Order: sequence, then structure tokens, then C-alpha cells
Amino acid sequence: MILRKAAAVALLAAFGAAVIPLQTLIQSEARAAHFQKTSLDIGLREKVGQSGFLAALSGFRSPIAALLWIEAHSAWERTEWGRMAGLFDTVTTLQPRSIPYWDLSAWHMAWNASVAAMQNEKQPSEALRLRAQRAYIQLGKDFLERGIKNNPDRHQLHLALAVLLRDKLSDHCAAAGEFLKAASFPGAPPYAARFAGYEMAKCPGREREAYDHLRRLYEQGEKQRLPSLINVLRDLENRLDIPAGARIQDATPDPT
Amino acid sequence: MRRSSPTLAIAANTFTELVRQKVFFFLLVFALLVIGNSAFVAKFSFQEQFQMLKDISLGAMSVFSSLIAILATANFLPKDMEDRTIYTLLAKPVPRHRYLLGKLCGIALLLAAAVALMSALFLAVLWLRESTVLAETRAQMAGAPPVELAAAIREVTATTFNANLAPGIAVIFIKAVLLAALTLFISSFATSSIFTILMTAALYFIGHLQATAREYWLSGADVEWWSRILAAAVAVLFPDLQAFNLTDDIIAGTAVPLALFLNTAGLGALYIAVYTALAALVFQGREL
Repeated sequence: MILRKAAAVALLAAFGAAVIPLQTLIQSEARAAHFQKTSLDIGLREKVGQSGFLAALSGFRSPIAALLWIEAHSAWERTEWGRMAGLFDTVTTLQPRSIPYWDLSAWHMAWNASVAAMQNEKQPSEALRLRAQRAYIQLGKDFLERGIKNNPDRHQLHLALAVLLRDKLSDHCAAAGEFLKAASFPGAPPYAARFAGYEMAKCPGREREAYDHLRRLYEQGEKQRLPSLINVLRDLENRLDIPAGARIQDATPDPT
Repeated sequence: MRRSSPTLAIAANTFTELVRQKVFFFLLVFALLVIGNSAFVAKFSFQEQFQMLKDISLGAMSVFSSLIAILATANFLPKDMEDRTIYTLLAKPVPRHRYLLGKLCGIALLLAAAVALMSALFLAVLWLRESTVLAETRAQMAGAPPVELAAAIREVTATTFNANLAPGIAVIFIKAVLLAALTLFISSFATSSIFTILMTAALYFIGHLQATAREYWLSGADVEWWSRILAAAVAVLFPDLQAFNLTDDIIAGTAVPLALFLNTAGLGALYIAVYTALAALVFQGREL
């Protein structure tokens, strides 16, 4: 019996050694396909506690992330913005491939928390309220940038970042870049390319580039010839002093 | 009589026995969890709802299937010895390896039924939630242009179901059968079911760290020699269970390449075959 047990252990070790190339291949295939990106390190251990870390190690990252998301939602109902930021950080660490978690974390911070900070009646100093507002917007931007690093194969977070840059930071040049990146993905909504052009038109020094970009879209046909696009094109034609013969001949004037 | 019939007979008997032990009552807990979760998440946005429903349901599916695999397998050998059914069986021309194989097949059958039932329940709840969200979307966008309505509906349906859920569920099943085979190997030399359960639970956790140990060993990091030997021992002796954790990322919408799925399934089949063979080797020499 002892001999059989020793033989079993020896065979197990031989099999374990023989199967290592297959395990390594699977691991590299998984990483190439954006699987198993969560780093189960001491930082995560501090965030989720011992039992949470043990569960994450055992392959239960997603249920823990869902439970923490519910906790974050409760924190939102109590408007505990700081606690929410911490929980969002943990959830996105546990599930770095989940677009809704990144997107909604950024939205809560850049939109809800930043507005709440500006309307904080307990803070009499406007300068400090403004500083808190900017910090939350920056936090939202940071979520989206980290989300993009973890999801380089998806367009959604580029779109969300572009909207944040446009609406919260009025950084039209950077917003144009993000809309363009989103538009370059297959399956991106058609408005991404149009919005890139609109933002480029507001970016000093890029008017010509904006005109060429929007003109290309215009030439694609009726689907792209929306009133906003025609208006921006006409405005650019005036600003760039495009000769009358080269201007668009659209029959639907919209002077607004 | 066909050669495989004793194995099939034992498998069928094992399955029937486990069903009689009311193993499927766990489905009530699963149903409560999934339906309760579905009702609770109704206040969230539809993206959050579907994400959390999948997170909790597939997580619970993985927990339940792993528990059934370990507990059912750890229990059968001590129980058969206590009931003395094993002596009656092995007194007949049934080789020991066929007895083990039949038992494992019975448990695999039970796991397949359990995973299929849980999947059906999960998909039904998901479909019901999708129908509710679609009805709400149609009502909210009653006056919107058809193109916008179609885009909104497409967004909802794309968030709910995707083809990758199928390989995700298949991998949960493969991992559960692998755990059953590992438990079978341990129970072939264990003296009690408690020992088998504790050992398998420990191996379960170590197995999830095997990939880290393997990477550490193969990276050739400049560390103490004993540290490298320890990492090598873990890499060689324990299964890589982390390779079977694809659902976390599938839920998040990551697509599973066919090669990755086939290699993972192949690795699972190899582990199952080797652990069963080793269990047979050890069990062959065991005094009953």
C-alpha cells in the first residue's frame, strides 16, 4: 500500500511537470483575451478584508464585487461620497473588466459628488467648495482613465471620458481625441465620429482638421447629414473662408 | 453483456441514491437567492441589475456545484463501507477501478443535472428581468424615433444575454467534476470523510494559488533556494484551479476565444482522467 501511495505521488508529480506547458499556454491565452487581470495583492487584501480576500482568491471576485456595489449604493443614498469612492475603488479592482462599474463610479464622482461638494452648506468657503468639486471631477476622470487601461479593447469608456472632458472640464481638444478613439472601434455608435468633429471645431488651431473630418462624414451620405453637422460645417466654412464653389450644397438651411 | 455495464449500473445507482438523499433541495436555496436578488436589484439601472444578477447567480452556481462535488464524493466510500454495500459489490466480478469510475460518473451526472437546473433557473430569471426592462424602455421611449428605440432595445438585449455565458457555465461544470475526481483520489487513501473534506478544501485554496506559485518558480527570481523548491512543489503537485475561473470576466462581457475554452476543457479532462487513475491505483491496494 505504501508503495502504491509513493507511486501515486511520483506519477502526480510527473503529470504536474508535464502539464505545465499547457497551463502556461492557457494563462497566456487568457491574458491575451483580457482574462484574469485582477492583481490579488496586499493592496486588495487591505481593501476587502481577510474573508473577502480569501473569497477573491477562491474565484469569487464577481459576487464580492456585486455585494460591495450594493453597499456603495447604500452609501449613495446616505450621500457618503468619500465612502463611495473607496468602495468603487475596491469594486473596480475586483472586476476591472466590468464597464458599468467603471462608468458609473466615474459618473457618481464627477457628476453627483462634485455637484454635492459645490452645494455643501457646511463649507462656507467657496474656494474650498470649488476645490472639492474639482477633486471629485478629477476622481471621476481617474476612474475612466484606469478603466480604459484595463479595457483597451472597448469603446464605451473612451466615450464616457470624452463626455466628462467636454461637459465637466471644457477641454474640447482632449474630448475630440477621446471621441476619435471611441469612433475607431468596430461597433462604436456613429455619433462618436460626429462628436469628435464638433469638439475639434472648438479646439483652437484644429479648425481645418475639424472641417476635413466633418466633410468626410458629410460625404458619407444622408445618415450623417444631421442639422448639427451641417451647422458646424457651415460655421467652419465661414471661419476658414472656404470658396463658395467648394462649400456644401445642402438644401436644408438651419441658421440657428 | 457489454463490458461497460457494471460502470453504468453503479453510475445510475449512485445518481439515484444521491437524488434520494434530497441533494436537489439546495435548488430551493439557489432559487431564493436568484429570485430574491432579482427583486432586490430592481432599483438599480439595467446595466447594474444584469451585472449583479449574473455576478450573484454564477457565483452561487460555482459554490453549489463545488460543494456538491466535494461533499457527495467524500461521503460515498465511507458510507458504502459502513453499509457494507461495497463488499457485496466487489465480491462480484466488478474490478475496483470500475467501481470508482461508476461512482464518479454518477456524481458527474448529478453535477450535470444540478448545473443544468441552476442554469435554467438563472436564465429564466434573467429573461424575466430583461422583459421587464424592455417593457419599461418601450413605455419610456413611446414618442422616440424608431431608430433610437431600436438602439435602446439593442443595448438592453446586448447587456442581458451573450453567447459567452454558455462556455462560462460549461467551465463551472468541468471544475466541479475536477473537484469530484480530486476528492475521489483523496478518499481512496483517507480514513474518514471529514479528513477528505478538509484536505480537499485545503487543496481548493492552494489550487487557486498554483498559478502564482508556478509563475514565481518559472520566472527564475533571485530568491532563496528553498523558496523556489516550495513554489515548484506547489506548481507540480497541485491543480491549477485559477485556470477554470473564467466566469468573473465573462460576466463583465469579456469574450472567450474558442482556443482558450478548448484548452481549458482539455486541461480539465486531463486532470479528471489522471486523478481517477491515481485513485484507482491507490484503491486497488487498499485493505477493505
